Amino acid sequence: MRKLLIFAMAVVLVAGLSACGTGGSGGSTGSADNIKVGLNMELSGNVASYGESGANGAILAADEINAKGGIDGKKIEIVKFDNRSDASESTNVALRLMQQDKVSAIIGAATSNNTKAMIDLSTEHKVPVVSPTATADSVTVDEKTGKVHPYMFRACFIDPFQGQVAAQFAYDDLGAKTAAIYTDTSSDYAKGLAASFKKAFTEKGGKIVSEESYVQNDTDFRSTLTRMKSANPDYIYVPGYYNEVGLIIKQAREAGITAPIMGGDGWDSPTLVELAGAENLNNTFFTNHYSSQDPDPKVQDFVKAYKDKYGKEPDGFAALGYDAMYLLADAIKRAGSGDSEKIAAALAETKNLGLATGTISIDEYHNPVKAAAIIEMKNGEQTFRTKVNP
Amino acid sequence: MEWLQQLINGISLGAIYALIALGYTMVYGIVKLINFAHGDVFMLGAFVGFYSLTVLHLGLIPSLLLSMAVTSVIGVVIERVAYRRLRNSPRVAALTTAIGVSFFIEYTMIFARSAKPEAYPDLFSGQQFELFGASFRVEALYILIIAVLLMIILQWIVHSTKIGKAMRAVSYDAEAARLMGISVDRTISWTFALGSALAGAAGVIFGLYYTRIDPLMGLIPGLKAFIAAVLGGIGSIPGAMVGGLLLGLVETLVSALGFSLMRDAVAFIILILILLFLPTGLFGKNVREKV
Repeated sequence: MRKLLIFAMAVVLVAGLSACGTGGSGGSTGSADNIKVGLNMELSGNVASYGESGANGAILAADEINAKGGIDGKKIEIVKFDNRSDASESTNVALRLMQQDKVSAIIGAATSNNTKAMIDLSTEHKVPVVSPTATADSVTVDEKTGKVHPYMFRACFIDPFQGQVAAQFAYDDLGAKTAAIYTDTSSDYAKGLAASFKKAFTEKGGKIVSEESYVQNDTDFRSTLTRMKSANPDYIYVPGYYNEVGLIIKQAREAGITAPIMGGDGWDSPTLVELAGAENLNNTFFTNHYSSQDPDPKVQDFVKAYKDKYGKEPDGFAALGYDAMYLLADAIKRAGSGDSEKIAAALAETKNLGLATGTISIDEYHNPVKAAAIIEMKNGEQTFRTKVNP
Repeated sequence: MEWLQQLINGISLGAIYALIALGYTMVYGIVKLINFAHGDVFMLGAFVGFYSLTVLHLGLIPSLLLSMAVTSVIGVVIERVAYRRLRNSPRVAALTTAIGVSFFIEYTMIFARSAKPEAYPDLFSGQQFELFGASFRVEALYILIIAVLLMIILQWIVHSTKIGKAMRAVSYDAEAARLMGISVDRTISWTFALGSALAGAAGVIFGLYYTRIDPLMGLIPGLKAFIAAVLGGIGSIPGAMVGGLLLGLVETLVSALGFSLMRDAVAFIILILILLFLPTGLFGKNVREKV
């Protein structure tokens, strides 16, 4: 009886071991056919919601690609690590992905700072890094020398582009001939948008009739708005964050300003509606990376797939994470292998690739040239108005 | 009628400064303490009003009264716990304590409910009326009525009641008042209660007029009200009212001329100029230092 028990245990043990063995060997032989892609995302820490959406989007895209048979028969294998929303941790994660896991490319990180933490490593190890949502100029271009970082790419447009799109929309779609600009001078983001708006709007033949500024945490905009009202602009550009913009819109409408008011993706928050009031937000617009209401079938397919997998509406970060993976997959396909250098070269040559957030081409500075979505606020709801191509 | 509109903007802002400045000036008049926690009492008033309007669903006037009641109790507690035992210590000790109390209130609030801002409900749904081509908001009218009413009540308390008489007596000479049988402790508590109630009312009005409130909102209005109190002559009640209105008008004028970024700078320049050339303010009495 006892012998039988030992024998049975031995059988179980051996079976277990061999199962592990086949599992392990299956993994290693598999990786020869697979293409490893590292995910370096903010899965915890203060911007965890950005990183998590981005990672969800990228994983969904990889699953879809694999379900369709992968890239030329090779499956995408994701190696995912958390950088804890910390730049030095992001460097550690990138080092591990490049040296130990020997990934072909990295997707990440969600914020500009955590992405910039990978620049040196990407050049040293010649591994391309595609950030879904890092918008700072210096992610792909060295600020001092003006040189492009050869292995850094991104899937989102950069800040100044939003100002350009807003000017185009104001002049062409809304028919505005005169505009006022009200800038948050304590934010580089807002100043960048305002400057590019001003340039594009005047180049089109529009006239800036009033330029005013405020700083973060201001609450009283009435006197400035009253002054702006007397300049009688057709259109007002307020490229700030929702905290002040909400109050500005409320106080502007109360001061009797009925002109359309527009801003950038800093408006994208439910708090905007609470502060401004749903009714005051009518006839206001903002530029954003994407809208989940965009009727484009690519967008709708993505929204449906995302909802099925994660049970919630995808935000801009998820859409860009999804696009970053497709952008990379397209480059891998054209490179013909998992060779990092060839992938980087192919990424730089991306042309007219149709993705969920628009058709994109990568320009000489490794920034995508793509459409921006214009969101119109209607009774407190974000609705998709149109897409503007540069 | 841009200028009439700006005038209304300025008076509304000035009325809020004046209400906060009254608390500063009353407390200073009686204990010679600049109560830097006053701006945070104003913040607490705004939050009590907010929760009373949104959670308890009380109307404007009950919310205002509730907020004033809660802040007056808080004011008395602050004085009892933090300032009373320092009454005979050097003034800098009390001043440092006041700054400590201010931080304590701010960060307790952040700890309790996070730093995220809240939006005041829109009670008047943007009702407006036109007068001489300028559009008035109903809120602006309410602010003025409430502020003026509170100031009249305060004047009445200070000049025609027993406690008001006691306050004036203690402020004039605390020792002599004590010898005359006035309870100095109780009079000081009353002063804190009244000043804090006015700050609480200012908090609710601020919320209605400017919508966004957050735990650090008391800082800048508190400093501005301090400037208003100094401008009017610290210790003088009519001075605080006039100083508040003047400061509101000056700030509005600066923005109206297109220098909105200079607005805060101008307010502080006024403080420096007043301290340099008119240290007793517009209404202050030049009292010789007692030896």
